[in-house]
Amino acid sequence: MTQRLGRADAVSWAIAAVALLLLLFAPLIFTDFFVGVILTKALWLGIAAASLIFLASYAGMVSLGQVGLYAIAGMMFANLVAADGGLDAAWNPWVAVVAALVIATLAGLFFGAVAARSVGIYFLMITLALGVLVYYFFAQVTQLSGFGGVNDPELPALVGNPAADPVPLFYVTMAASVLIFLGIRYLVRTPFGLTMQGLRDEPDRMRALGFNVALHRTLAFAAGAFIAAVAGILSVWYNQRISPGSISLGQTIDILVIAVIGGLYRLEGAWVGAIFFALLDNYSREYTPSVGDILGPERFNTVIGIIFLVIVLISPGGLVGIWEKAKERMGPSSGGRRSGAGPTAGDESSQPVNEPLGPGRAAGTSGVS
Amino acid sequence: MRLPLRRNQTATADPGVEALPGTQSLPKVLGVAAALLVLVWLVVKGAADVKQFTVVTLNGLTLSALFFVVASGFTLIFGLMRVVNMAHGSLYLLGGYLAFEMQKGWFAQETKGLNLSLASPTGSGGEYDLVGWLLPVVLAALVIGALGVIIQQLFLRWNQGEDLRQALITIAISVILADQMLAQFGGISKDVKTPTNWPESVTIFGVQYGFFRLVIVTGAALVIGVFLWWLIKRTRFGLIVRAGVDDREMVSALGINIPIVFAGAFFIGALLAGFGGALGGTMLSLQPGEDASFLLNSLIVVIIGGMGSLGGAAIGALLLGLVDAYADVYLVFGDTDLTNYSILVTFGLLVAVLAVRPLGLFGRPA
Repeated sequence: MTQRLGRADAVSWAIAAVALLLLLFAPLIFTDFFVGVILTKALWLGIAAASLIFLASYAGMVSLGQVGLYAIAGMMFANLVAADGGLDAAWNPWVAVVAALVIATLAGLFFGAVAARSVGIYFLMITLALGVLVYYFFAQVTQLSGFGGVNDPELPALVGNPAADPVPLFYVTMAASVLIFLGIRYLVRTPFGLTMQGLRDEPDRMRALGFNVALHRTLAFAAGAFIAAVAGILSVWYNQRISPGSISLGQTIDILVIAVIGGLYRLEGAWVGAIFFALLDNYSREYTPSVGDILGPERFNTVIGIIFLVIVLISPGGLVGIWEKAKERMGPSSGGRRSGAGPTAGDESSQPVNEPLGPGRAAGTSGVS
Repeated sequence: MRLPLRRNQTATADPGVEALPGTQSLPKVLGVAAALLVLVWLVVKGAADVKQFTVVTLNGLTLSALFFVVASGFTLIFGLMRVVNMAHGSLYLLGGYLAFEMQKGWFAQETKGLNLSLASPTGSGGEYDLVGWLLPVVLAALVIGALGVIIQQLFLRWNQGEDLRQALITIAISVILADQMLAQFGGISKDVKTPTNWPESVTIFGVQYGFFRLVIVTGAALVIGVFLWWLIKRTRFGLIVRAGVDDREMVSALGINIPIVFAGAFFIGALLAGFGGALGGTMLSLQPGEDASFLLNSLIVVIIGGMGSLGGAAIGALLLGLVDAYADVYLVFGDTDLTNYSILVTFGLLVAVLAVRPLGLFGRPA
């Protein structure tokens, strides 16, 4: 960045640094419960949301099939290692991890090939249908999902037993999050990543330049599937089980909620949304007032639905979008946008705030293309 | 636009659709081959047991009819306003629950004779006459239609054109509705009762088949299909709607009140979801999860048929219903019973159609 750092940017970096330090020393600062249950969960939920945000912000593809893909990875891992329920295989956990990642990425390649020729709202609908079909598949095929899920899969020795000591799994999940974050930031600067962003903004011009649009979108979707697969495997390690109920439409919506609350067009929003969601999930019940049947500790989904609705209505950029707005008020920012972290190549001050949910429109193609 | 306007369908109707060079015809060939294979398989299986084949086919057709009622509302709303109403499944389920509650609350008659309260745990063991079924169903549909208009006016009207944001808003509404329905109606399966004086079954093609499924649901689907076709193609409302879809500013400039027309269309779309829920609540059952299930069914129907096309919704519903019914029974190859993989056939149907026609069978670019 050649420009001088603005005050607001400095604050951003300071927040990021503090957050990272807090995470690094979390086991020393927080209780085992907070680290093992809330932070670890937020980190893997963040990876799942990151796969959605990666596709939405850099490829202009809002996919609701990510939970289906992470379900495939999680189910494969749980089936391939020794576990209660599912297949009888008892592979080495690391081999199972590689196999699960490969299978889920291949599934992503296939789903991508099916869906990538559609854009915008069509793409969202098709990926949603594919994702929910994965759920119905596992709900139906009890050979793979067991009766009541696949329980107690064998975990790699590196993770140990999260129930007894959550710290190793926390660090593994954190390392995975950092690697995914940096990996995405790297990928979008490669020629492939730049092509993706070109396709997001100007598909017709890119086609005229000779790029194979469908192929690039399919590959981008497969990359998103790989990220989702990492989240799927970590979710199995975290829950120490996987069942059809945990990969249903509800989970798809939860991941979408996390991505939107964080900010659908900011990669860091994935983890911001995830920590918000995990905190809310754990603590909101205590503070939710009871209003007849309508509201109460039981009604977490109503609470999250209302928050989701309010965010979509007032700040489509999510929490990170609110922060961006606040930054603008704080004074002149450097204006140096981080490469590609927005829906269009337009100027940052107006675009993400006013129209962050309109990449399809920004791309200048109506409806289908 | 994609409501059944008469227009020439040229081969270049998909300018925006990217085709991988050199692979254009391969999916088509594969798709046709797969379809032929399925047909041959059905003939072989059907010839082995004609009665079973008839029943399975009727199952598929009646299921298709229900899918069509629900999905036609979904496709109508999308076709006119480009709104993907993700709360459509919730409106379906709520319509069913409302019909159930009204029927139970207002029309439960004193049970006579030996009707011991062994009746269903859902608690409505009563007997009902025609009004006791019809009135709750119609009222539920109207209430859901009104609810749809409220949703549209409050949340969707002012951001017309931002399709992703509208989809997210309706997803949020569906989350809230699903949770509230769980709170109000619980998790136990319920169903709306048919009038007692209706026959249980009718005989058709030599098999006994449920009267309600065959006559009422299928009849309702046919009536709705014809009505919608008439409404869109033959009335002034339909004319305005079609024009408004093509060029809203121009129609507004001509002095026509587009917001009213859109509200009317949303009313009909939501009403169909509610009516479908009441029918489905009588034909199948009502429980949490049915909302997701019918959202998925509607999505698949319109993805297969082509978004916004009424004829496409009919074909899509027919394909989905029949495929569901056949796959549930005929996936037995010798000793290997693959019926619990039947969802893969639905998946295959979706993939095959999208491979050949990325916009659905009757889809056209916007």
